[in-house]
Amino acid sequence: MSGPAANGAAKPLLGVDGLSVHFGGIVALDNVSFRVEAGQICGLIGPNGAGKTTLFNVLSRLYQADSGTIEFEGKPLLRQARHAIAPLGIGRTFQNLALFRSMTVRDNVMIGGHCRARGGFAANALRLPFVGREERTLGERALRLIETLELGAVADTPVAALPFGTQKRVELARALASEPKLLLLDEPAGGLNHEEVEHLRDLIGSIRDRLGVTVLLVEHHMSLVMNVSDKVVALDFGRKIADGTPQEVQRNPEVIKAYLGGEL
Amino acid sequence: MATLDTSRPAAAALFAGLSLRAWKVIGLAAVLAAACVLPFTISSYQLLLANQVIVYAVALLGLNILTGYNGQFSLGHGAFYAIGAYCTAILLDKTGIPYWATIPLAGALCFVAGFLFGLPALRLEGHYLALATFALAVATPQLLKYKDFDFLTGGVQGIVISGPDTPGGLPLRSDQWLYFFCLLWTVPLFVLAWNLLRGRTGRALMAIRDHPLAASSMGIDLARYKSLTFGVSAMYTGIAGALGALLAQFVSPDSFDLFLSIRFLVGIVFGGLASMAGVFFGAIFIEFVPNLADLVSKAAPQAIYGIVLIVCMYLMPTGVMGLLRALGHKLGRLVAR
Ligand SMILES: Nc1ncnc2c1ncn2[C@@H]1O[C@H](COP(=O)(O)OP(=O)(O)OP(=O)(O)O)[C@@H](O)[C@H]1O
Ligand SMILES: [Mg+2]
Repeated sequence: MSGPAANGAAKPLLGVDGLSVHFGGIVALDNVSFRVEAGQICGLIGPNGAGKTTLFNVLSRLYQADSGTIEFEGKPLLRQARHAIAPLGIGRTFQNLALFRSMTVRDNVMIGGHCRARGGFAANALRLPFVGREERTLGERALRLIETLELGAVADTPVAALPFGTQKRVELARALASEPKLLLLDEPAGGLNHEEVEHLRDLIGSIRDRLGVTVLLVEHHMSLVMNVSDKVVALDFGRKIADGTPQEVQRNPEVIKAYLGGEL
Repeated sequence: MATLDTSRPAAAALFAGLSLRAWKVIGLAAVLAAACVLPFTISSYQLLLANQVIVYAVALLGLNILTGYNGQFSLGHGAFYAIGAYCTAILLDKTGIPYWATIPLAGALCFVAGFLFGLPALRLEGHYLALATFALAVATPQLLKYKDFDFLTGGVQGIVISGPDTPGGLPLRSDQWLYFFCLLWTVPLFVLAWNLLRGRTGRALMAIRDHPLAASSMGIDLARYKSLTFGVSAMYTGIAGALGALLAQFVSPDSFDLFLSIRFLVGIVFGGLASMAGVFFGAIFIEFVPNLADLVSKAAPQAIYGIVLIVCMYLMPTGVMGLLRALGHKLGRLVAR
């Protein structure tokens, strides 16, 4: 069930090479390299502070890398502006939520589709015909995602009024609205109960299978990661300590050591 | 997964058989009709006041687009009002351009001025932006008085201009015509702003206000949106200034002091941040409350003004529109029950 990497010479969807990031004296990422093939679900694990969120933030150009390269579909990512990442096809959710809190669920999801429309100031002010069509398309797509993620009852409620778990789903809907090729999920199971995690597993599976979206999944919930992922990358203190199938990574002595007393 | 039932009854409720949306349309039509009848029912002086309210509403709309919708503070919008006013006054004073053609020129000039001011201001967040705009407000009257610009600005004296005449054939007094002229600018400006704010651009502006970092991760170019918003905002306030100059038939440095900028800010907060209808309540407040305060106490009108403002903000912390929305919500619940 691994991705369509039949041809070894083919470029991966995402190629991270020798990536390092430090904050003052802290080395958050230390010469990290790995690749994600199109169509894969790749788990990214590691103890607290291992550098997983930092990696996501470098991928979305929120943090600056000190050295190393990232290629997305063969193009160098680190030369792109921050706002150019979503149009390229990389969507994400945030570990601690980064929603537009005063806005409704529907508007949040529609902003997710911002990069898939083009009406600017003048075209919007004059409400040119193409702007109306774009709005309808965005609105219909948002509605479908709202229904898929069971947000229909709260579609017109401001996000700030919703419980944490619901807000997580809004983030997911918003990320999907950008029609990403690669979806970065930062601890989507945080704060969910057992039944909700089951549901999430199916959801991540169907995002890949039905929408054809490649997924990079940061998660502490081990059974979820090991169940859903095609491959897993493990970080510890910013270093990559393992990279392989879920079974291989689970048996890796360094991973066991890093998680000693943990869930594995 | 848990589903929450907080769907808003007000949105779907019917009042006397009509939806809330239909009532809004009816209300808007009624207000427009009243605005057209108004100049035939009140005195010239009252008409002047009403006209000033409309002009202030346009100025406040400009500031509200920037501050209420986009979250960029400006303590200096009086400066753009002044630039618009002086642009019209100087053009009328020095060139043969017809008065109606000065309005779009003033708007264009203020758009450029606002855009250019917004570019470096991009690097400034919150309090620092407030300080930079504050400096703009402080500098404006002094620049207008500056000796070397005398030949254009008329220095401390300012510029006296003559008001527009009614175009031939129209059975209107000149003040009535000026009122309709202002209305002819105001209505399209509000329609354009409404279009701008309800679609993709408006959502992007509000997203930047709520969470700039997440907004840029959604593909929104912060620099572009924030500087263009500054330009559009300054354009609205500048057009208001230009219309205000025609109304007052006079511009002078001291009518555009720091206090004007602060009154604009008071206006949008009083009416309700990020509300288009709210700017009319704000405009009424900043036009009439100073006069009322004067009536109450000749000795300390500013103190009365301050007290009225504090009481209003205490009673309506989210402005008039916040209060109206809350009332509408309650009414919706009652009707739905
Ligand atoms: N903006 C920042 N400034 C300074 N240090 C930072 C910053 N962001 C992350 N760090 C540090 O980098 C290291 C990696 O943090 P990161 O958030 O990437 O870990 P993580 O793997 O996501 O952990 P968790 O599982 O707890 O979310 C930590 O030591 C953290 O304190
Ligand atoms: Mg993290």
